[in-house]
Amino acid sequence: MLSSDRYSIFSVLAEALRGQTGWKPAWRKATPKPSYDIVIVGGGGHGLATAYYLAKRYGNANVAVIEKGWIGGGNVGRNTTIVRSNYLLPGNIPFYETSMKLWEGLEQDLNYNAMVSQRGVLNLYHSDAQRDAYARRGNAMRLHGVDSELLDLDAVRAMYPWLNYDNARFPIKGGLIQRRGGTVRHDAVAWGYARGADRLGVDIIENAEVTGFRIENGKIGGVETTRGFIGANKVGLAVAGNSSRVAALAGMMLPIESHVLQAFVSEGIKPFIDGVVTFGAGHFYISQSDKGGLVFGGDIDGYNSYAQRGNLPVVEDVLEGGMALMPRIGRVRLLRSWGGIMDMSMDGSPIIDRTPIEGLYFNGGWCYGGFKATPASGLCFAHLLARDEPHEVAKAYRLDRFRTGHMIDEKGMGNQPNLH
Amino acid sequence: MRINCPFCGERGNDEFSYLGDASVVRPDASAPDAADAFYAFAYERRNVAGPTQELWYHSAGCHAWLVVTRDTRTHEISDVKPAQDIALERQNSASTTP
Repeated sequence: MLSSDRYSIFSVLAEALRGQTGWKPAWRKATPKPSYDIVIVGGGGHGLATAYYLAKRYGNANVAVIEKGWIGGGNVGRNTTIVRSNYLLPGNIPFYETSMKLWEGLEQDLNYNAMVSQRGVLNLYHSDAQRDAYARRGNAMRLHGVDSELLDLDAVRAMYPWLNYDNARFPIKGGLIQRRGGTVRHDAVAWGYARGADRLGVDIIENAEVTGFRIENGKIGGVETTRGFIGANKVGLAVAGNSSRVAALAGMMLPIESHVLQAFVSEGIKPFIDGVVTFGAGHFYISQSDKGGLVFGGDIDGYNSYAQRGNLPVVEDVLEGGMALMPRIGRVRLLRSWGGIMDMSMDGSPIIDRTPIEGLYFNGGWCYGGFKATPASGLCFAHLLARDEPHEVAKAYRLDRFRTGHMIDEKGMGNQPNLH
Repeated sequence: MRINCPFCGERGNDEFSYLGDASVVRPDASAPDAADAFYAFAYERRNVAGPTQELWYHSAGCHAWLVVTRDTRTHEISDVKPAQDIALERQNSASTTP
């Protein structure tokens, strides 16, 4: 009899004949063992990807992922699902391109339909100076072997004839496109990694919130959770949004602030926009989900927050950006808006590194770019946890770079995280 | 979120600019541990989840710096004081301490 554990056209057909009785849960409801080799705190995309790559590529499945809520309930389900690797700085490009390549093979690797859609990410420019800046970014990408293409006005017009090209203040002059960028179904990323890790023997423990760390002589011994103590040789934190709170339990203060970023989805409409488009004069990015909803967002609210909801001035600002760029969305009704908590680091770039506590490792500071980084973040964190040395493409993401001055500041805003 | 400016009355938060934690004090540059102190001052954050004091600037109003006590979990504001008053209080308490 065909096993339904591996998803394929044959398992779908077999289950149709079997009355859909043979499907197994995508992951077990694991109960915590007394100890593991590695415990990963945080069952979001990054934590699950870390567990998956630890088991798959580094041969260590004696791993538990502990999650305070349920799988898919955090930021992995609260983003705008965009993936891209259009970065400027050498510390960032190879890392995000590694992520892009992992996205491209993700569904085959996981045997899970994550709806990876390379529909192209188009960043519009609105002035000569901005064109030059985008040309520089595009060239930096190409020097690192990443695809990018600078489009003139006619090329953008051919793609999206209905954009507002004649805006008096911000006329569209062209765009920089990464055709390999696009969107991925975010929940499916969490579910796919959870299933993949589970099948390789990783325990996924939900509803277990970390309440403290057992640290003896400067070395980690395990984590105290709401489901009891769990021993571990190594502990990895992947709790972006709440990094400061969890790190404080281990007595650490981080170069991170938590901020709220809002996102929006409209009612479902017919196919309207087939790629990802960003407005270069304000901050507005939009794509259309397969259900037809327009998914869009803009800036963070700009003040520290753990509230998972934002305020109306940013709602107004985002919608004004949308109306300036594409007035025809004006009569589409807004269906939902929500907020996610961002780990804003002091230079706008993430951290994947050891901590001063032996055996305790940190992954965080993803700002508002964590979703696209999920696969590479997991791979590099798994590498660090397994080998105790940084992965080649994540070497720059050091925790001490603010002290030593090796910052990776794409936006050049300095230590004012609400401006990144 | 509305902030009750002590000079202008209650206004929407888009009239204000945010700076951050009001509890941090610029370190003494001549202290022997100045390098560490300035690193912590510039880059480390308490990032409190709960009531915290922060500096807001009434940029589209009276241009006063304010110390706002706000719960970062709910955005509830319990107190707003002019930053000048708080600074003077600090100065006075520092000068009266033996």
